[in-house]
Amino acid sequence: MLEKMIFGRYVPGDSFVHKLDPRSKLLFVFLFIIAVFMANNTITYALLLGFTLLVIFISRIRLYFLLNGLKPILFLIIFTFLMHFIFTKEGPVLVDLKFLKIHEEGVRQGIFISIRFLVLVLMTTILTLTTSPISITDGMETLLNPLKRIKVPVHELALMMSISLRFIPTLMDETDKILKAQLARGSDLTSGTIKERIRAVVPLLVPLFVSAFKRAEDLAIAMEVRGYRGGEGRTRYRQLNWQGRDTLVIIIFLVLVTALVWLRGGS
Amino acid sequence: MDISLQQVGYSYALGTPFEKRALKEVNASIKSGSYTAVIGHTGSGKSTLLLHLNGLLKPSEGTVRIGDVNITASTKAKELKEIRKHVGIVFQFPEHQLFEETVEKDIMFGPMNFGVPAEEAKRRAHELIKLLGLPEDVAQKSPFDLSGGQMRRVAIAGVLAFKPSILILDEPTAGLDPRGRKEIMELFNKLHEEEGLTTILVTHSMEDAARYADQILVMHEGRSVMAGTPADVFSDAERLKTFRLGLPRSVAFQRDFEKLIGQPLDKLALTEEQLAFEIAAALKDGER
Amino acid sequence: MKEILSLDHVSYTYESEEGEPRKAVDEVSFTVWEGEWIAIVGHNGSGKSTLAKLMIGLLFPENGKLNVFLEELNVDNLWDIRSRIGIVFQNPDNQFVGSTVQDDVAFALENNGVPYDQMVPRVHESLAQVNMEGFLDHEPHHLSGGQKQRVAIAGALAMRPKLLILDEATSMLDPQGRDEVIKVVDELKRTTGLTVISITHDLEEVLLADKVIVMNDGKMMMSGKPEAIFAHGDELEAIGLDLPFASRLSRFLREEGIAIQGEHTTEEELVNELWTFHCNK
Ligand SMILES: Nc1ncnc2c1ncn2[C@@H]1O[C@H](COP(=O)(O)OP(=O)(O)OP(=O)(O)O)[C@@H](O)[C@H]1O
Ligand SMILES: Nc1ncnc2c1ncn2[C@@H]1O[C@H](COP(=O)(O)OP(=O)(O)OP(=O)(O)O)[C@@H](O)[C@H]1O
Ligand SMILES: [Mg+2]
Ligand SMILES: [Mg+2]
Repeated sequence: MLEKMIFGRYVPGDSFVHKLDPRSKLLFVFLFIIAVFMANNTITYALLLGFTLLVIFISRIRLYFLLNGLKPILFLIIFTFLMHFIFTKEGPVLVDLKFLKIHEEGVRQGIFISIRFLVLVLMTTILTLTTSPISITDGMETLLNPLKRIKVPVHELALMMSISLRFIPTLMDETDKILKAQLARGSDLTSGTIKERIRAVVPLLVPLFVSAFKRAEDLAIAMEVRGYRGGEGRTRYRQLNWQGRDTLVIIIFLVLVTALVWLRGGS
Repeated sequence: MDISLQQVGYSYALGTPFEKRALKEVNASIKSGSYTAVIGHTGSGKSTLLLHLNGLLKPSEGTVRIGDVNITASTKAKELKEIRKHVGIVFQFPEHQLFEETVEKDIMFGPMNFGVPAEEAKRRAHELIKLLGLPEDVAQKSPFDLSGGQMRRVAIAGVLAFKPSILILDEPTAGLDPRGRKEIMELFNKLHEEEGLTTILVTHSMEDAARYADQILVMHEGRSVMAGTPADVFSDAERLKTFRLGLPRSVAFQRDFEKLIGQPLDKLALTEEQLAFEIAAALKDGER
Repeated sequence: MKEILSLDHVSYTYESEEGEPRKAVDEVSFTVWEGEWIAIVGHNGSGKSTLAKLMIGLLFPENGKLNVFLEELNVDNLWDIRSRIGIVFQNPDNQFVGSTVQDDVAFALENNGVPYDQMVPRVHESLAQVNMEGFLDHEPHHLSGGQKQRVAIAGALAMRPKLLILDEATSMLDPQGRDEVIKVVDELKRTTGLTVISITHDLEEVLLADKVIVMNDGKMMMSGKPEAIFAHGDELEAIGLDLPFASRLSRFLREEGIAIQGEHTTEEELVNELWTFHCNK
């Protein structure tokens, strides 16, 4: 189940999108999310959708792979579509089924909202699919660096995030092992009343916490003996490298916004 | 209960790009009351095999037969719990499974799950605390306040407590000091001999396999490639080498010694006691 | 010879809220010289890890004097001294800080403010020393235990330490992983003259050492060359330690009435001795 899910996963590659600096990608996705809300008519939504498909094409991610991996989220999109379909009561009636009247505006709204949702999910997924978690963390740390002035512990937050990412697979393995050990001792997670089932999670959670604490303790020691004492005076091994293509991305974004402003319907 | 595996295959993450075939056409037969050692290089599929022996994994292909129950890809989860009652597994670093407030309660967890009344489970817990050489006052302590070696014993007690007739051990002594290792291996041996517990041991120690087992199963790249008595298996050093396995030290030494005196010893010595005996016999023989 | 480390009647007690305080290290004294390989053995809970933590300044002695590189360890020189010691612990997963091999190796360099242009060659150099140069971008969960431990050693080597401490660094590994790690450390010691202190239960490792220190209940029970230590077979067994195969076999042979001369810790020596025995009779 979890293996098929691709939201938040990284697949190495060497496309134009893969090679971009994480800062330009993060910046772009962040601004894109805002820009999406500027679309308000058929042509602007079509533009967004077309643009997103173009990005997918450039990043050389197989569309089939992408859609297959996003199935659980597609379900959500279809659900929102239907909600609009049924509950919006504006514009001329298209179909009259007595118990259900479908209005033209409902269809329009349904399609627009779905596209908005879809491009948001696709864009963020492309970001994580083409950028390693560690680069995302690095990019965020540098982008948020100005916040240090107002005493936001940017370095610590970024380190915390990268360590959590690093330990996710380890903890997943651990959970699997503990689950098997308790199942072998006759623990049963799949039957019984709700109360019994909640009780059955305790043998899983307690060892997991104990081991996570032990790991955290070991890790803190391992960091300390290797000279870690906060961000002060630290140099960086990972150097971010802003290149021509990154500037290009920002220009493309500006072009996109201009087009959106130009083409959106008057209010 | 006898165990037999017929053409068992297993793939992790079946049907995804991450699919990993961990077992292929594995055949094995383990008689009730025997002591089997499973040996093999890292990643050869030993642990995956063990998980099949109490239904924690179901074979993707083939059949696992435990007693008179057949497990195949289509076996329902309900039937598996019944099997688990008879098959205890001591995993690697079993102390990671401890969770209760007291040692006593933790040991009682297994038996209670399998429907043993609380009174009886408690009695067994105290019995096992003694059997495993833990101090009596440990029963009301938190398992997390014990030393590493003691936690290991409590976890083992928690498996023995539901009186399985088959005991599966996945490298049960990893990380212990030499004495702890020896005591625990001797304990399992005693249980095997006195209670007739069918024992299956996965180990990287050729010495332990040679000393304790009466049957050895060799795994290599997911296949069962050799099976037989320790004397049979360890007399074929060439073949073991192709599976990236070595000889127990006593056998290796015996080979060196035989080369030296230019004649084979009477028997393949599986322990150093036996080896000393054989060497002494050969040397004294020469005196006459 | 230069002194690397010396302990002079060092003690340490863990205080705990409930239960009595526990004297984990009790009046321990020894000296480590440059280029030596020291093995510390002892049963579980005998105070070995506590010793290691004292050496790297994670704990401070309550009594006695501990000098590292001829300086007494204190809060002011702590970070400087740490940067000259590498230490590798038992659990391969719990000391992998970086998200890829090269990030992990660079971690100590970043912390110590080594400039970027020096970092890259040093990371490559350290990884080459442990035969892991082909794994720069690998993530920890795709590595075997032995590989992870070698990365940890590379991470320790990156600061070019004078002293490497291994606290049961091989005890969670399979035999192959253990061999890989021991081989790498042995090689390093021979080629770079690194001083090694290795805490271990593994007798192969002990036999590689120049000197063995035996710990029992917080006290140093004996110290000396491996052969000299293993001559005290009964005492070692009494405190729960193992003997090398050749020593054990010699004992059984004596019990069988074969008069073996001297102490033999390796199979090779014992075979030779048996050959002499065979020829002389
Ligand atoms: N949960 C899992 N998901 C995917 N692959 C796995 C999983 N567990 C094991 N494998 C793979 O299956 C193969 C067999 O693994 P297994 O753990 O059975 O080997 P093993 O013989 O027990 O090794 P070791 O001696 O290291 O314990 C290995 O290649 C391993 O990488
Ligand atoms: N943080 C702690 N708090 C209290 N007691 C401790 C702590 N760490 C260790 N001890 C105790 O100090 C003693 C020595 O522990 P130490 O970890 O040094 O032993 P060790 O020789 O490394 O053992 P092992 O072989 O199990 O690693 C043990 O009895 C242990 O229970
Ligand atoms: Mg295994
Ligand atoms: Mg220790």
